[in-house]
Amino acid sequence: MSTVEQTLIVPRTEASNVKTAANAAAPGTTTMRVQPVARALSPARAALRQFLRSPSGVAGAILLLALILATIFGPMLYPIDPLEIVGLPFSPPDADALLGTDYLGRDVLAGLIHGGRATMTVGAVAALITIVIGVSVGALSGFFGGWIDSLLVKISEFFQVLPPLLFAMVLVTLFGPRLTTITIAIGAVSWTSAARLTRAEFMRLRDLDFIKASRAAGAGNWHLIMRVVLPNALPPIIVSATLAIGVAILFEGGLSFLGLGDPNTMSWGLMIGQNRNYVLDAWWAVTFPGAAIFLAVLAVSLVGDGINDAVNPRLRRR
Amino acid sequence: MTLLTHLFGRLANAAMLLLAVLVLNFCLIHAAPGDPVQVIAGEMGGASAEVIAALRAKYGLDHSVLEQLFTYLHNVLLGDFGYSYYFNQPVLGLIAQRLPATLYLAFASVMVAVVVGTLLGVVSARRPNGLLSHAVTVLSLAGYAAPIFWTGLLLLLLFGSVWPILPVSGMADVVHPRTGLAYGLDVLEHLILPAATLALVFVAQYSRLARVNMIDVLSSDYVRTARAKGLPESVVIFKHALRNALIPIVTVMGLQFGNLFAGAVLVETVYSWPGMGRLVFDSILRRDYPTLMAVLFFSAVIVIAANIATDLVYRLIDPRIRGGSR
Repeated sequence: MSTVEQTLIVPRTEASNVKTAANAAAPGTTTMRVQPVARALSPARAALRQFLRSPSGVAGAILLLALILATIFGPMLYPIDPLEIVGLPFSPPDADALLGTDYLGRDVLAGLIHGGRATMTVGAVAALITIVIGVSVGALSGFFGGWIDSLLVKISEFFQVLPPLLFAMVLVTLFGPRLTTITIAIGAVSWTSAARLTRAEFMRLRDLDFIKASRAAGAGNWHLIMRVVLPNALPPIIVSATLAIGVAILFEGGLSFLGLGDPNTMSWGLMIGQNRNYVLDAWWAVTFPGAAIFLAVLAVSLVGDGINDAVNPRLRRR
Repeated sequence: MTLLTHLFGRLANAAMLLLAVLVLNFCLIHAAPGDPVQVIAGEMGGASAEVIAALRAKYGLDHSVLEQLFTYLHNVLLGDFGYSYYFNQPVLGLIAQRLPATLYLAFASVMVAVVVGTLLGVVSARRPNGLLSHAVTVLSLAGYAAPIFWTGLLLLLLFGSVWPILPVSGMADVVHPRTGLAYGLDVLEHLILPAATLALVFVAQYSRLARVNMIDVLSSDYVRTARAKGLPESVVIFKHALRNALIPIVTVMGLQFGNLFAGAVLVETVYSWPGMGRLVFDSILRRDYPTLMAVLFFSAVIVIAANIATDLVYRLIDPRIRGGSR
């Protein structure tokens, strides 16, 4: 057991060496004393430090945190039911309804605050499904190679042929526009890029010495995949997970826009979908939820870019 | 010869993939809750027992599932994609009517996106820390994060009510005869907003990509040699550097064709462009399964065709893979 653990340490030092090399190479970033401190930092903490140096990444993280807090605590502070009719339809923003009312006379601000929950949940859960499917397929494919790889690559190729949004749309039409269906459909159609990425990482890592050493020490396939290779393949997977959240939020919006939103749960996409025919009568009912989606996706992709730069020193020069 | 064998292999693979899409379609219809005939009858506004029996016989629902699958595949091979009860005509005809408008929109957007995106990328790569370079970065972020239907609605708002200088709906005014130069110009005018909306997303991607690649290529040895030879800067950039910087854009363009098509569906819905998007929207609303399934199938056809075309273009512009090593 201890030998296996020892082999686990190898890639870590390797990773921190890469970090030191990068720091030594970039003259502007010598605030970190190269050898001793870098050795003491775990790769995760080193990456966090690097992340905190990127202004756009930090801005994205703050924005994302603000949005998450608003969706968690907002409904308590602003307890107006987003599905309840509170005034005349198409009332422009005024003191009664700060952001106006929609085509039924429902409060747009309430929709924004309460609808964020559904949108963010769909985004997060669908991204989780995407990553679980993508990483499983990619890991098996890249780790075992051979016929398993050929088979899984064929399946991925098949899924890549179907435009994800159209495929999700067909699934939701067939199985009914409920939040769970929508979430599963989005997750089920968009995993191919995560699979491709994981497969490449696993193929690269599979033949490295520390994996061979671990195998020689008696580690089984399951242990190798989950405990040895996967942790080392994690950085690009985390980046792709962040991006998957953004894609899922955009998909939820797109599906709702096509009339496939869950009519019983307020979400940002649903607000746009239901009010889009009246955009010339009530610009506020469409503009604000769209801006909310925009900000959420922006925040997530800024964070994704920041993480990418932090864990991937080679690409930092952009 | 290698190219021909290669192409043949690609086509065989494409046929397999399309067969798989058809089987998937069939399975989805069968896995969906509810009896398809009941759904169709419901959409028709109720049907008598005889009509239901006739529908069952027509769809072969009184046979085993495997037999039904073969009937379905057989029909599709003969060009029968089923019958749309909402539009009251064969699905294939519906698609044939709508597809040209969508392709027109998609190609116009891609052309705009490639030209504008590449130019922006090239110009900003010359000064990686200049103002334009930062603008490209911001644009690519915004273009990625803004939902396409939302940008569409905002533009519709802008040009439909605030500053009404462009048509915001449909493909042509009804007053014109459907031929001649005036009609062509009218369609072009109607195309501006939808194409611009759709292009925006891809301009954002391509400009970022072109910028990164251009920065890479401009620091390579052969560009330095070209400059050292005393070639004018414009020749260095547009003749030497751009060719290499274009390769990744072609790749991404081919890979993104499915997304382009899906984006077109959303944009068409915003601007009532009479293509596949409207068809998709209406068939979702009426739960018109045969039409939806056919749309999914034909989008797969388009994606596969685009992939094969990309592959060929790729071979043309990149001599390294022309040998057919793959």
